[in-house]
Amino acid sequence: MQKVLPLLTLCFALLLSSFTLRPTADGYQVGDKAADFKLKNIDGKMVSLADNKTAKGYIVVFTCNTCPYAQAYESRIIALNQKYAPQGYPVVAINPNDPAVVPGDSYAAMQTKKYAFPYLQDESQQVAKTYGATRTPHLYVLTRRGNDFVVSYIGAIDDNSEDAKLVKTKYVENAMAEILAGKPATTNSTKAIGCSIKWKRA
Amino acid sequence: MLPLKAFLLGSGLLSAAPAFAQRVSVIKFPELQKRFTQPTDTTYVVNFWATWCAPCVKELPHFEQIRTLYAKKKVKVLLVSLDYASQLEKKVKPFVQQRGLKSEVVLLNEPDPNDWLGKIDAKWSGALPFTLIVNNKTKRRATFEQELSQVELTAALKKFL
Repeated sequence: MQKVLPLLTLCFALLLSSFTLRPTADGYQVGDKAADFKLKNIDGKMVSLADNKTAKGYIVVFTCNTCPYAQAYESRIIALNQKYAPQGYPVVAINPNDPAVVPGDSYAAMQTKKYAFPYLQDESQQVAKTYGATRTPHLYVLTRRGNDFVVSYIGAIDDNSEDAKLVKTKYVENAMAEILAGKPATTNSTKAIGCSIKWKRA
Repeated sequence: MLPLKAFLLGSGLLSAAPAFAQRVSVIKFPELQKRFTQPTDTTYVVNFWATWCAPCVKELPHFEQIRTLYAKKKVKVLLVSLDYASQLEKKVKPFVQQRGLKSEVVLLNEPDPNDWLGKIDAKWSGALPFTLIVNNKTKRRATFEQELSQVELTAALKKFL
């Protein structure tokens, strides 16, 4: 028995680790506390969520230069910042793609963009992994709670990627209307097609 | 050895076959669902892709190979393009023709993925490529929200056969 117990403990530990070491944890769910990050903006400065003390929250978008869906949504992401930055929810765009896989998403290529909001490079891809981002664009609304930020919405921008004029449901704007009113979003999680994040090759 | 022979034979037949214009049907979600929910013992390999998706384009030959390798088994490969329907003539049909795709290709014309993604698989977040292997008789299913290598795809399919 004395020999069996450590063995059992070991088996149990191995069993546990096989769960915890599963690749790509599911990332954040609505209601989770979002970890802050420190990523390099295209102007060379480091940006963290904590930097902007007046922000009531953020609209964090994992996006990139090259994905046709990211390109289709670029002007709509700019519009989200124009609408919600004055209301305390600026956009923070993060490019998680490995430039070794997609040269068009290199830091230099990112610098061709001129946005009124930060466009950060997630060089280690750790932020995308922590958030559970899988595609571009993939959007997260964060709401301030004291010094923390809580995930309030995850998902799509609207229901028609091809043509903004044909959009019937503006998912993120509907969620933002409720979040700004201090209420939880009725539809707080939506799905969208996008380009898979180009992870570093192991 | 047998699968290799079958493949060589299959590809030989393919190259000998006259070029023909592969049809690409534009369908809505209920019709797509019907394609792989028949209560038969066929194993469906359903790959969601798009002409603009580089990893999808890279893995497409693996699905074509599966089709020839398992031509004698009850395996049905269905390639579901998520290109916009407006790109059918300009992009999708020329692509299918140029690549000589022989598996059935359909274009899913649904503007809002939030309506249907979850019905394919609750865990699918929407990244492409995405592959579903399903057998309705044995009620087995496997899903992959990632690019698959030939080895990975074959190994996944073998579990169904």
